[in-house]
Amino acid sequence: MSDSARFLRNVLIKAALLFAAANLLFTALDPLPWLGGLSLYNSLLPGRPRFPFGERPDQAYNLSLNSLEAMFASHELAAGLKPADEFRVLLIGDSSVWGFLLENEDTLAAQMNAAALRTKHGRTVRVYNLGYPTISLTKDLLILDEAMSYQPDLILWLVTLESLPYNKQIFTPLVQYNPARARALIAEYGLAIDPDAPEFADLSFWQRTLIGQRRPLADLLRLQLYGFPWAATSIDQYYPESYTPRADDLPPVMAYYDLEVDYSAKDVAFDVLAAGVARAGGVPVLIVNEPMFIAAGQNSDFRYNFFYPKWAYDRYRQLLANEAAAHGWLYADLWQAVDNGEYTNSAIHLTPRGEAVLAQELLRLLEPFINP
Amino acid sequence: MTLAQIGIFAALGLLAGAVQTRLPRRWAMLALSVLAVFWLQPALPIRGLDFWLPLVSLGLSAAVWAITLPSGIRAERRDGIAGLVILALALGVALTRHLPGLCCLTPSRPPETLPVLIALAAFVGLVWLAARGFGRQPWTLHARVAALALIFVILKSEPLTGAAAAGLRSLAGQNPALAAPVDIRWLGFSYLAFRLIHVLRDRLSGRLPVLHLDEFLTYAVFFPALTAGPIDRIERFQKDLQADFRMDATRLQAAGERLAQGLFMKFVLGDGLALFALNPQNAAQVQTGGWAWLLLYAYALRLFFDFAGYTHIAIGLGLLFGVRLSENFNRPYLQPNLTAFWNTWHMTLTSWLRAYIFSPFTRALRARRWPAGPIILLSQLLTMLLVGLWHGITWNFIIWGLWHGLGLFVHNRWAGWAKDRPALPPRLAALGGGLLTFHFVALGWVWFALPTPQLAGRVLRVLLGGAP
Repeated sequence: MSDSARFLRNVLIKAALLFAAANLLFTALDPLPWLGGLSLYNSLLPGRPRFPFGERPDQAYNLSLNSLEAMFASHELAAGLKPADEFRVLLIGDSSVWGFLLENEDTLAAQMNAAALRTKHGRTVRVYNLGYPTISLTKDLLILDEAMSYQPDLILWLVTLESLPYNKQIFTPLVQYNPARARALIAEYGLAIDPDAPEFADLSFWQRTLIGQRRPLADLLRLQLYGFPWAATSIDQYYPESYTPRADDLPPVMAYYDLEVDYSAKDVAFDVLAAGVARAGGVPVLIVNEPMFIAAGQNSDFRYNFFYPKWAYDRYRQLLANEAAAHGWLYADLWQAVDNGEYTNSAIHLTPRGEAVLAQELLRLLEPFINP
Repeated sequence: MTLAQIGIFAALGLLAGAVQTRLPRRWAMLALSVLAVFWLQPALPIRGLDFWLPLVSLGLSAAVWAITLPSGIRAERRDGIAGLVILALALGVALTRHLPGLCCLTPSRPPETLPVLIALAAFVGLVWLAARGFGRQPWTLHARVAALALIFVILKSEPLTGAAAAGLRSLAGQNPALAAPVDIRWLGFSYLAFRLIHVLRDRLSGRLPVLHLDEFLTYAVFFPALTAGPIDRIERFQKDLQADFRMDATRLQAAGERLAQGLFMKFVLGDGLALFALNPQNAAQVQTGGWAWLLLYAYALRLFFDFAGYTHIAIGLGLLFGVRLSENFNRPYLQPNLTAFWNTWHMTLTSWLRAYIFSPFTRALRARRWPAGPIILLSQLLTMLLVGLWHGITWNFIIWGLWHGLGLFVHNRWAGWAKDRPALPPRLAALGGGLLTFHFVALGWVWFALPTPQLAGRVLRVLLGGAP
């Protein structure tokens, strides 16, 4: 064998060994959660006022990823210890809370903060936007679970019926790709969700290697790099020139998932709401039935909007009120708190003015908690 | 080039390294280069154009070879074989349209075979005539240079490219109203044209060595350097082709190092920085000077890592095939002045411009007994203006070229004046000069990176602390 062939052989063997060792080590250590916690945000970069989410990263300087650790590490909530003079309110919910199509200064949290409320003891009321676009109470529970380490004084949990059907609970990638956390919550609170559902992304050995995890790793890195243009421009979502407004004419559909007309509280995921309240422990959780658009067009005699037939939604409101009363939950029904003209591209997405109206309603509800 | 393409070329290079004799390696390089012209060409919306443009690249190269043969020298049998190899490969690529399992090396289905045969016959006729001595007069060589320059102008001017695209769409039976400048993205033409003009000019000045068709074509479309240079000189390239090649540990190590360095610079650093480098979108959105500087620094570094990374990859691939391509970068952002920057940034382009634009122009003005100052000013402005226009015929590239032309002139005058008046310790002067040069270059990138003077003006205002 010639020198060059021997050299080439040695290089290839060593490279293959190093490659295998790096992959085995990565699989054994599973460093992704730890890596997710490493962040340029809240140090070199300011913290983001809402969770990273976006499908057009090049235009939004933002991206969707499934690492809860990275999501929280990039959020302004993670900026150091909680100030002693802060009354910390966490807003949890779906895209309407996150602020779809809204700039950061127009989101619900920002509009509540604009009121600059103070408690009678002089603590500043600071509202944090922990909304995340996708509708699932279990996704909200995951976020609430992680958020408890940030010492909230109050949790506002905005819900709608669409987040309650059981087959929506593990529909969102954030739940699917955090199976261990989700299963721990299912087990701890006895949730009626199948922990062995095929939707959970249980990774094989190969998927847990460095090569298998290259996409989540790249996402972590991209989240850091997109922090620079985000900080430079304050833009964190893609704002289209125009959008299709929420539907006024509705499909002639009476069915709602697999629910029967007289469905009961056990048929939807009220147990997840109960788990959230239990997880919050002594921290009060105010459950809010969020506002929604009520259509007046075709088929609006038996449907409220694109999401809901009237029978399903009316029953939900009744059941939620009953459950809240039965379990002593703090509950407010704001389903018609905002005028119909203040919805954008969906029956739950609000205009800046709509958010301002909702913010006023919520601030009113906050009063007994701020100054008991 | 994509990572997969680089990987395939590297694997082929290792295979070529196993072929220890000069003869098969030379033919393998020719064949690979010809096929790579088709393979690397990006997909185009005009039917068949992603086949025709690579074919024209090959045809132009062969025609220039033929007309640059010295008087009295006629094509040899080896040239005939090379011609047949090129024809067979081009025809083979075209025929893949009939092989569903193999189709296609081109990004879309090649055109019908008959027009391809007619085009190949036309090219053969032109090359044969030129090789027989027709059209080798100096004025025809000048005309070829002008023709290449004209294609350049069309490709670099958006209105002209759009008009050409509309014409080509009509020819292809497509809607000309949908024509757009991006319809004609001719892979590697900028670099190919520089190489061909270099050969034509050297033929006119009598400096061109005698070349065989296979050597010439491999030089013109050598695949590692096709997309982003460097622009090698043909006599140096020919020496490598003619030298005995033996892949040994040293060469393999050098190639591996260059490839690893290039891949890291291009795909990790360059592509990473691209996520937040200055671009038309964030230029319109950035609000404060500090962040604007960060975007600009990211752009400056991204441009360097991307381009220099590509050069490393090209040099690494070249080494695997026994060709040591010219260096193109030598720490340009660490240079103490603008002249040194241009001597270390895209060095092969700078050498080309010095040889074929700056020096002849300067000599012409000297012959007219112009004073030194205006000669330097005009020569620098003309040269850098052409560099700007090479990137595109837009106001921003013109301004960028003038920015550098004026900068080079000012540095030239300053260097002459300050030579005998050292005011600062040399190390401090070098540090200050380096910082000043980097920022001068970086501010110039604002014009380079953005499409309109208005947008560039906005960014410059924000950079300098003004309101957006």
